[in-house]
Amino acid sequence: MYRYDNYDHQMLADRIAQFRHQTERFLKGELAGPEFLPLRLQNGLYVQRLAPMLRIAIPYGMLSSRQLRKLAHIADYYDKGYGHFTTRQNIQFNWPALVDVPDILAHLAEVEMHAIQTSGNCIRNTTTDQFAGCAVNEIEDSRPYCEIIRQWSTFHPEFAYLPRKFKIAVCGTVDDQAATQVHDIGLFIVKSDTGEIGFRVLVGGGLGRTPVIGKEIRSFLPKQHLLTYLDAILRVYNREGRRDNKYKARIKILVKETGVELFREKVEQEWLALKDGPLTLTDAEFLRCKQYFQDPEYKELPEDSPQLLQALGENVLFAGWYNRNVSAHKKAGYAIVTICLKQTGTAPGDITSDQMNFVADLADSYSFGELRVSHEQNIILADVEKSALYALWQSLKSQKLNSDNRGLLTDIICCPGGDFCSLANAKSIPIAESIQRRFGDASRLRDIGALSLNISGCMNACGHHHVGNIGILGVDKKGAEFYQISLGGSVDNNTALGQIVGPSFAQEEVPGVVEKIVNVYMKNRQSGERFVETFNRVGIDPFKEEVYAKAD
Amino acid sequence: MPKLIKKCQIIDDQWVLIKENSQLEDLQAYSGQDLIVPLVFWLAERTRIQQRSGKTAVWLNSNEVPQSLGSDLHNLEVIALNFPIFSDGRAYSSARELRSNLGYKGEIRAIGDVLRDQLFYMSRCGFDAFLMRDDQNLERALSAFNDFTEGYQASVDKPIPLFRRR
Ligand code: SF4
Repeated sequence: MYRYDNYDHQMLADRIAQFRHQTERFLKGELAGPEFLPLRLQNGLYVQRLAPMLRIAIPYGMLSSRQLRKLAHIADYYDKGYGHFTTRQNIQFNWPALVDVPDILAHLAEVEMHAIQTSGNCIRNTTTDQFAGCAVNEIEDSRPYCEIIRQWSTFHPEFAYLPRKFKIAVCGTVDDQAATQVHDIGLFIVKSDTGEIGFRVLVGGGLGRTPVIGKEIRSFLPKQHLLTYLDAILRVYNREGRRDNKYKARIKILVKETGVELFREKVEQEWLALKDGPLTLTDAEFLRCKQYFQDPEYKELPEDSPQLLQALGENVLFAGWYNRNVSAHKKAGYAIVTICLKQTGTAPGDITSDQMNFVADLADSYSFGELRVSHEQNIILADVEKSALYALWQSLKSQKLNSDNRGLLTDIICCPGGDFCSLANAKSIPIAESIQRRFGDASRLRDIGALSLNISGCMNACGHHHVGNIGILGVDKKGAEFYQISLGGSVDNNTALGQIVGPSFAQEEVPGVVEKIVNVYMKNRQSGERFVETFNRVGIDPFKEEVYAKAD
Repeated sequence: MPKLIKKCQIIDDQWVLIKENSQLEDLQAYSGQDLIVPLVFWLAERTRIQQRSGKTAVWLNSNEVPQSLGSDLHNLEVIALNFPIFSDGRAYSSARELRSNLGYKGEIRAIGDVLRDQLFYMSRCGFDAFLMRDDQNLERALSAFNDFTEGYQASVDKPIPLFRRR
């Protein structure tokens, strides 16, 4: 994991002092609300429906056990004993007091964490695949590049007042798990014919009111030019992005209105002035950043573990969990474990402070003291010996963290919605729960198979509903909470936006509608077909017919 | 005389800012004074504006780009960049372009909604003079330039990014 040096520590300390000063001035009435607003947002602080909300960055999803314990402490001491993992590899606390925030930030700084630029019209937390560095068939570990981008984007003096928020994702794995194509900039690590590492650069992807899949503006950008090229894209956006209408201010609209060809020309033109300048990355810097992400001290183990095979044969519940929650690891004898935070009755992505401490201990015992969080709002122990999986599962069970529904319909991605968020049109957490209850039968759930279901409480699409196989969006219908359903979205290598099935539904209808949708799939699927494959083959009509069929 | 922060010091401001949509005859009131005129006015009336006594500088609104100044650029002692509202970040890019791409060496002055908490980033982007909004306390604002001791990026104040220095 990246470790701060004196420079990083100093800048973070400067930032906290700056924000403490700003908060004091605001509380004394010396700084007006509208002027304090972007300052607090760029330090992660929202004012929500019930209380302030603090969003803390988990850079590209990496956490140490020490950091997670600190988050548990903050949850206990400054909040109500829990936190919420978001779809952008951040964690949110819903109940801190405004006056406490500078102190919370100081606590975070002790463990090299912060809330910088987790909100506001600036460059946000850079995200990546939660299996980076461990995945099989990885092209290259994305994390050193993410760290390079993190540093470049942190306190970038030119891009703190962009037209709108700006999100960058990097993917170095063969199977994209980072939703890279729906980011303002999506960077795919690629290798040229000569073995040189570079990036395929996508621009203008995003969800929200106008969902768009990013467009390629460069098929190969040699890695040393990464930052100068990002500077060039951001400058064109900062200068030309629309500022007259917040719904048209994202870069996707600029790219659309300019046309991708002309946009590319503008970027390349701007880049000419920057290319090969001082911001060009050096081998020394790549090496410096890579050294933090070297493999942990793996043991040399056989690929198969007799203990594991025995436990799988003897315990069907363990086998069920193993089949869903354990993924292949690049190193023989190791596995990647996903701890699914989607227990029915708990808001998706929520975790208590006790669970945080517990998981931190597990990370120390089983996974070199490191964890990751995913945009699916789950936690990953990335380096577990196969022979230890059974013991790990038993431990997880003791804290009810053994949900074996990863990737299934009840592994719902869900924003905080109307229960917390002041922008919401409708609640989303109770919808998630009602669907989880409807599909409580584990064997049926497994029979249905891989199916992503995403819920957003409003058009801002924090729950990424556009790219859920089933997407649910809260809408306001004459003051009442309604839900629009879309089908066929996906966020893997074949990213697709869902199609709206038709008129929206009342809250109590939603689980039944989801059930009908699933039934149409089950009836139509051919052997081995996943939901989205069946959908792509048969189209939306059979689903429409079933969902809106009049009862006889 | 109005005050200005220049190179981290409070000084008297000798320049008079001329409003948008001004005409040549409006300038008569300022005989002999140094004026900062809007870009559009400058482009239309450059020759005649320069015939008056007193120096002339130009200010750009946030939607105007420094390239519009063409080759006049290097003859201008001051170029002012307006912030219609502090959250409009376009002038940060304009300042960087002026310094880094166009090689402008004169004063780059922030005008308009210029507030204490944006001064540090502005100075990193190449602004070196700040005509603060009326209600701002200049003495107290000076501390803003020390908000941070270091920065990661390549910027006008530190063209060599941190990764080449650490
Ligand atoms: S999607 Fe809307 S309701 Fe949900 S968290 Fe985002 S802004 Fe709030």
